[in-house]
Amino acid sequence: MKPFYALLGVVVVVGGGWLVWASRTTPAPAPAASRPVPAAADGFRGYTLGSEAAPVEVVEYADFQCPHCGEFAVLQLPTIREQLIATGKVRWRLRDFPLGGFPWSRVSALAAQCAGEQGKFWPMADTLFLTQSEWGRSSRNPSGFFRDLARGLGLDRDKYDACVASQRYAGRIEASYQEGIALGVQGTPTFFVNGRLKTDNNASSDRFKQVVDSVIAAQHKR
Amino acid sequence: MRHRQAIALLALIGFFIALYLWLYKIGAIGELKCGTGACEAVQTSRWAVWFGVPVAFYGVVGYAALFLVALVGVQPAFAMRRAPTLLLTALASGGLLFTLYLTYLEVFVIHAICRWCVGSAVVITVIWVVSMIGLKTWGEGSGEWFDAGVGSSPP
Repeated sequence: MKPFYALLGVVVVVGGGWLVWASRTTPAPAPAASRPVPAAADGFRGYTLGSEAAPVEVVEYADFQCPHCGEFAVLQLPTIREQLIATGKVRWRLRDFPLGGFPWSRVSALAAQCAGEQGKFWPMADTLFLTQSEWGRSSRNPSGFFRDLARGLGLDRDKYDACVASQRYAGRIEASYQEGIALGVQGTPTFFVNGRLKTDNNASSDRFKQVVDSVIAAQHKR
Repeated sequence: MRHRQAIALLALIGFFIALYLWLYKIGAIGELKCGTGACEAVQTSRWAVWFGVPVAFYGVVGYAALFLVALVGVQPAFAMRRAPTLLLTALASGGLLFTLYLTYLEVFVIHAICRWCVGSAVVITVIWVVSMIGLKTWGEGSGEWFDAGVGSSPP
């Protein structure tokens, strides 16, 4: 009987030690981020806001968990939408650039893409940025929280769950990330105005208005 | 006796696997060490919760029950009783059926495999096999009584 109880003791020590170690480990990138995901070749260019005929296109590479992106989305983008996008001057394109340092970057990007599948990308993107402080600092996997957000936005729960569970757009997110790397994106948010790299950490709606107006003025001079 | 010891040991291993998955599900553990599996996809799917309770918690309870019954079964006072063997077989059979259902979901519905779930499936399958062997051995009256140190044959 003694070897039996000794074996039980070994299992308890090893199992308990493993759990303690796992719970104390700083959350690493989510599994989806840590595994190489083949980039999708579906030619998806990101969701857009604004007119297709707008003279200026701004491409933003963003990470939903990045605090700077959150600040920009909450504080600056509403004004940009009102003054530049709604007026037909700018078409805004959002591209995923999940940074390696945040555990939930790809999980949140996937949530937004899965909402996009049901025509709710922008409401989900806005909500993710708006609620970033609620899930971004947590070591707890926010998938359940995102699921609640999706339900709150009126998404079909089964379709959303199936999309997330199958990681349907993981390849698309990876493709966007690889494209950003190829274009020289090093952090977020990074902007391209009509294809020209603009990495301004203090990007503001006023600054964008200046840049956009100058680009449009230059186009008129030609 | 031996089969109860084996089940106790296996159930303890299964208990820690289920506990690990449950702690992840309730947020006590931030990330699953999953290697090449797709634990995230499985654990964040809608099927990871059953009647409002994380599936892993059913595993925690099930393995704890198997462990306790097996542990009680190896005590001298219960070594000669058949009830622990029957109870272990019933619990293992229930666990195996539940595991088969979960594995079906992984393969055919979620299309993702969680390495820890596979580990648990292997453990419960072996427990079930051992429990069936124990049941059969008991019926034939071989080994159990002598292993328990009683030194006589069952009536």
